[in-house]
Amino acid sequence: MGIYVIRVPDIGEGIAEVELVTWNVQPGDSVTEDQHLADVMTDKATVEVPSPVHGKVISLGGAVGQVMAVGAELVRLEVEGEGNLKENSAPTPTSKAQAAPVSVAVPAPVATPVAPPASAPAPKAAPARAARPAAVARKEGERPLAAPSVRRRALDLGIDLRLVHGSGPAARIEHHDLDAFAAGGGQAAAVGSQYVERHGEEAIPVIGLRRKIAQKMQDAKRRIPHFSYVEEVDVTELEALRQQLNKIHGATRGKLTLLPFLARAMVLALRDFPQINARFDDDAGVVTRHEGVHLGIAAQTDGGLMVPVLRHAESLDLWACAAGIARVAEGAKSGKLGRDELSGSTITLTSLGALGGIVSTPVINHPEVAIVGVNRMVERPMLRNGQVVARQLMNLSSSFDHRVVDGMDAAQFIQAIRQLLETPALLFVE
Amino acid sequence: MKELTTKLLVIGGGPGGYVAAIRAGQLGIPTVLAEGAQLGGTCLNIGCIPSKALIHAAENFETARHQAAGSQLGIRVADPQIDIAQTVRWKDGIVTRLTGGVGALLRKAGVKVLKGWAQIEDGKTAIVQVDGEAVRVRCEHLLLATGSDPVELHSMPFGGPGGPIWSSTDALSPDILPKRLVVVGAGYIGLELGMAYRKLGVDVTVVEAAQRVLPGYDEELTQPVLDALQKSGIVLHLGCSVQGWDAEHGVHVRSDERAEEFALPAERVLVAVGRRPRTAGFGLESLQLTMAGRHVAIDGHCRTSMRNVWAIGDVTGEPMLAHRAMAQGECVAEQIAGKNRSFAPVAIPAVCFTDPEVVVAGKTPGEARAAGIDCIDAAFPFAANGRAMTLEATGGFVRVVARKSDHVILGWQAVGRGVSELAAAFGQSLELGARLEDVGHTIHAHPTLGEAVQEAALRALGQALHI
Repeated sequence: MGIYVIRVPDIGEGIAEVELVTWNVQPGDSVTEDQHLADVMTDKATVEVPSPVHGKVISLGGAVGQVMAVGAELVRLEVEGEGNLKENSAPTPTSKAQAAPVSVAVPAPVATPVAPPASAPAPKAAPARAARPAAVARKEGERPLAAPSVRRRALDLGIDLRLVHGSGPAARIEHHDLDAFAAGGGQAAAVGSQYVERHGEEAIPVIGLRRKIAQKMQDAKRRIPHFSYVEEVDVTELEALRQQLNKIHGATRGKLTLLPFLARAMVLALRDFPQINARFDDDAGVVTRHEGVHLGIAAQTDGGLMVPVLRHAESLDLWACAAGIARVAEGAKSGKLGRDELSGSTITLTSLGALGGIVSTPVINHPEVAIVGVNRMVERPMLRNGQVVARQLMNLSSSFDHRVVDGMDAAQFIQAIRQLLETPALLFVE
Repeated sequence: MKELTTKLLVIGGGPGGYVAAIRAGQLGIPTVLAEGAQLGGTCLNIGCIPSKALIHAAENFETARHQAAGSQLGIRVADPQIDIAQTVRWKDGIVTRLTGGVGALLRKAGVKVLKGWAQIEDGKTAIVQVDGEAVRVRCEHLLLATGSDPVELHSMPFGGPGGPIWSSTDALSPDILPKRLVVVGAGYIGLELGMAYRKLGVDVTVVEAAQRVLPGYDEELTQPVLDALQKSGIVLHLGCSVQGWDAEHGVHVRSDERAEEFALPAERVLVAVGRRPRTAGFGLESLQLTMAGRHVAIDGHCRTSMRNVWAIGDVTGEPMLAHRAMAQGECVAEQIAGKNRSFAPVAIPAVCFTDPEVVVAGKTPGEARAAGIDCIDAAFPFAANGRAMTLEATGGFVRVVARKSDHVILGWQAVGRGVSELAAAFGQSLELGARLEDVGHTIHAHPTLGEAVQEAALRALGQALHI
């Protein structure tokens, strides 16, 4: 019998630390070669860590939410024959605990396995959840517990004690609970009403992708003085064209949404506004303008917001662009994207489709300097040459980094996009 | 006809009615109380109080006889005698003092008492016959507190104190001490009085249709009572029904199990087979109130089906207990005064003044489990209680029932000498929503029977010290 230590793998690209996102094994579990042990997350990707050998888990090197250095001990296995650890040294604490919102209990690497659950558990909820106090949790028909003086006062105040939270032992209702209820103005609630105060709370640790999103948003808002610009675009002609194209080519080339047209318009407009297709390294004080348009596509995934990248949008025709957007958005959802498709965007396009609303104030995907948001398309009566006519209208809500993009440039950029979209033939004129 | 207008008319001057009237008077409500007999109702005149007086006298006499027969305590007494006529006079003195006190309290509260029987005309009018004169009382609120009567057996109608067939009322004012007394019914009234008469030296036989004594209580609790009955020489005929009575043979009894009939010679027969709400004979039928079986149906506010007609106490059914009626009376008076009240006690304790006494408050283990509650229970025997030993009363126990999840106490039961006084502690812990820890970690004075209360709670927690 030997000890085999699996370390946090070097994922490359100069990454020095990863965050532990999921454990799929527990101490005491038997694992087979190539079994998926854990998920670790870097800035952009979640990586599965497989087991290179058969064995039995002795200890885990960290808890979910912990940031671990590359090379730190991740899992310690007991294996047949000789392991990769000569002396049975204790695992060295090479991981550093990051200030998680809820102190996650870090299981010390122990030799005795603690009752292993049969199946791989989801990321463990924080201990705070278990410590939740029992709120108003009376069974149907169960009388609320309260002393006669409290009951008498409740009657005088016209309070139905069944609606009152009891803070005393065994959820007994005390005088101060009555005071709190009365102060809350909850006295008019009808008997058997569903309008009860609820007092439960649940602490959700901000870890993994959510922590990345939080950091990224915080960073963008802290560093970048945003300014937003909203313009109305008449997309009646564009819609007609899109539908016509779908009618003719939909069956063979796939259906088009508005996004590839927008991407095309942005590509064309950006030729005249290179300062907007750029990345601003504000620490170094350098704005890097890019000839290629690497279009970030804001995508909602189960884990949260991600921004996969459609690389070289300038080289794609409408259908290739549509296919590319669909591919990266789907890839982000299924976690199948490579690192080059998760970073390096030069400008971002965000759309909530039918949920787009009237106006939005998108947050710039730092270190980019601009983001274009698409609002809902609606049919509206408009005045054209003195006549009221029905037109398809859609707003574009965009944000710019005011440090490096002037308002005039930004406005002209959006007007250029508008012109292209309102006269869609221009999209195809080089 | 003389007319009287008031806000509240109370019919019945028992514990429910007089408490309601006093409280109403205190709250400034013009109140009239109609009572044809003595104030104080069954409780003061022919129930709780006189029976306890008789039981006390019987106990003292028995102690004296016990001592005359050679006492372990070293007390020597020669040939004790009892003058039952004097006993009854003493008891009547207590009753008179108490009923007189009730009258004074009512006067003090400004309640007008009409001494006469009331006849209901409608929900807002009743006619009271006062000294042969009819008084029509008009009221906004009518409170029915008419109480209950002992149930009579068809074959054996009650004949008053001098007759052979006694109701509990007659048994409390005996003309003689009979040689042989047959008690029909082994409920708490039959056993309290049967045991008292046994202590007064009477040969007592108890006939009960059920297979055990105090059939309303659980068997574990009644076992010490059964032991005491047998030890005292009371003859029990369980599972037997009474067929009739004649002067020559006595009571005809049929054993349901053995299918045989036999006669029990008896000078007097006490019929104590229950009480019936008093709902007839005073015009109550004319109100067409919703009934629940034999009693008037009320809601959680003691309201009947007719607006501003209220009912409290025995006329509203079980449990027929004076302290329930009093609490209901107070509840109704305050509602009439415009306060928001409901009658929703956690527990109404009940006591049997047998020897040993039995007291129950809240749920028994069986009742709690039947209600689907996951519960724990534990008992502490008086055999392990120092005070019980010094009282020569080591029989019995205190038992507690608590919810398993949060240890909230659901019920108490006790059997033993003097345990009736524990009802206060039981009631308080239940109403306050106490947990086992609250009672277990309260210092109970030593040496008292109350220590058994604390120890029962500790035992339920697995921490009993003296067992």
